[in-house]
Amino acid sequence: MATDKTNLQLVVNGILNENPIFRLVLSMCPAVGISTTVMNGFMLGTAVLFVQVCSSCTISLFKNVIHPRIRIPTYTLTIATWVTVIDMVLAAYLPEAYAKMGIFIKLIVAFAIITMRLEMFASKESVNASFWDGIGMGLGFMLGMVALGFVRELLGMGTLLGYDVLGFKPLLFFVLPLAGFFCVGLMMAFFNYIEIVYKRAKRA
Amino acid sequence: MNNHTLRRILFCIVLVLALPLLAQAQELIAGKSFGKAKNEIVVTFATAVDRAVVENPANYRVYEEQDPDIRLALESVVLAEDGKTATLTFTEPLNAKLPHVVSVSGLAEGGGAATFKVMKPYIGYLFSILVGALLINNFVFTKYLGLCVFFGTSKRKDTAKGMGITFTLVMVVSAIMSWFFYQFILKPYGLNFLQIVVFIGLVSLTVQAVDTVLRKVNPALFNAFGVYLVLVIANCVIIAVPLILADNEYNFLESFMLALGAGGGFLLALYLMSSVRERMELANIPTTFKGVPIAFIVAGQFALAFLGFSGLTLF
Repeated sequence: MATDKTNLQLVVNGILNENPIFRLVLSMCPAVGISTTVMNGFMLGTAVLFVQVCSSCTISLFKNVIHPRIRIPTYTLTIATWVTVIDMVLAAYLPEAYAKMGIFIKLIVAFAIITMRLEMFASKESVNASFWDGIGMGLGFMLGMVALGFVRELLGMGTLLGYDVLGFKPLLFFVLPLAGFFCVGLMMAFFNYIEIVYKRAKRA
Repeated sequence: MNNHTLRRILFCIVLVLALPLLAQAQELIAGKSFGKAKNEIVVTFATAVDRAVVENPANYRVYEEQDPDIRLALESVVLAEDGKTATLTFTEPLNAKLPHVVSVSGLAEGGGAATFKVMKPYIGYLFSILVGALLINNFVFTKYLGLCVFFGTSKRKDTAKGMGITFTLVMVVSAIMSWFFYQFILKPYGLNFLQIVVFIGLVSLTVQAVDTVLRKVNPALFNAFGVYLVLVIANCVIIAVPLILADNEYNFLESFMLALGAGGGFLLALYLMSSVRERMELANIPTTFKGVPIAFIVAGQFALAFLGFSGLTLF
């Protein structure tokens, strides 16, 4: 079965219709835990993008030789291999960012979103389609993280990417790690609201 | 195994754990412990001692048991009025989790050094790991791990209980296996970079094994809990615990306690959340907040409440 979507449609699908954070509600741990600044969100998003694209392509390449009964362990080990790669690269070249991210880089291995995409998409589609789907999902995750980081950094510290934008700190509460729960909840409600308004406008 | 044998085995285990406590008795030193402040050690002597000797910091050598080369700098020593209790103040806070060796020269007869070890009672320490993982560092509410499964399976109390129990079981088994692999294979052969691959492989193996065994041995239990087994793999906590064990170099009992605390903490979080969500179904919630958004807000409030445990110290 081949998908009939174009590459662009696959990417847009990952960013909007099936956004991992706000639509599928998967991979919430980092979204709550470390989306305190735009930079953090961007860094982890890049790591996830890399792992997603590489694992999607790998599984798609080998989809015909993987026995269906052992497919889940195979997926897990493939992801674990790519996570080890990005883990060692970040530890070597960006030690500061790596220290900030802490255990979350290693935990990419347990992100439901990556396993789900391998099971639902890469194990059935061509390498090319899997690549673009991986890009879309990774970008969707990254943009979600950046959006969260944007709101939390702006409201919590009054800064963006470390630069002082507002000059004061509107809601210091948002810097606390646990404010991630409130932030995700409120932003989801906000997107729901936009959707409702949009549909109402369309009908009228 | 009857009840009597079980009790005897339990007694033996407790005795072995308590041995270090009994073996502490020494003639000159009546008692020693970590002080109230983080940079203090309090020593009680059996008899009144020479104030000049005791209050001179140069007479002390203090180090952590595992690093004998690194001396800890003493700021001052104060002997209490009765001449028996000395408080050692250090320039930097001590890591009270590790045993410290203190040696005082010029005190014992003939000018030899009196050496003794200061450590927390071991059972208390184990218990503090358990309570730490359960409440203070609850994996869901203060470490923000395992959230996908947390929000997915906390809609009904029955589901929450089933998921929590299955998870605790798999957690303990896989943590113990990971500990063995890490201590006896990865560490001796310098294969630390394989941590992630090996640990996640072990988790998948455990899940598969529990699945097969449960299906054959107890089909009724399998029907109740089987569906949650697959979800366990997608839970960050299950891979986070082995990584934490490896980072902190926990021993076997400590690893067991951490795994038990992590599983129990997850069960607790799921149960609390499902109780609230069952009630929320009847409540009148704005359309935009229905479903997941309100669940996040509630989880945030639980997290705020769990923040209150952060100052809790038991031992």
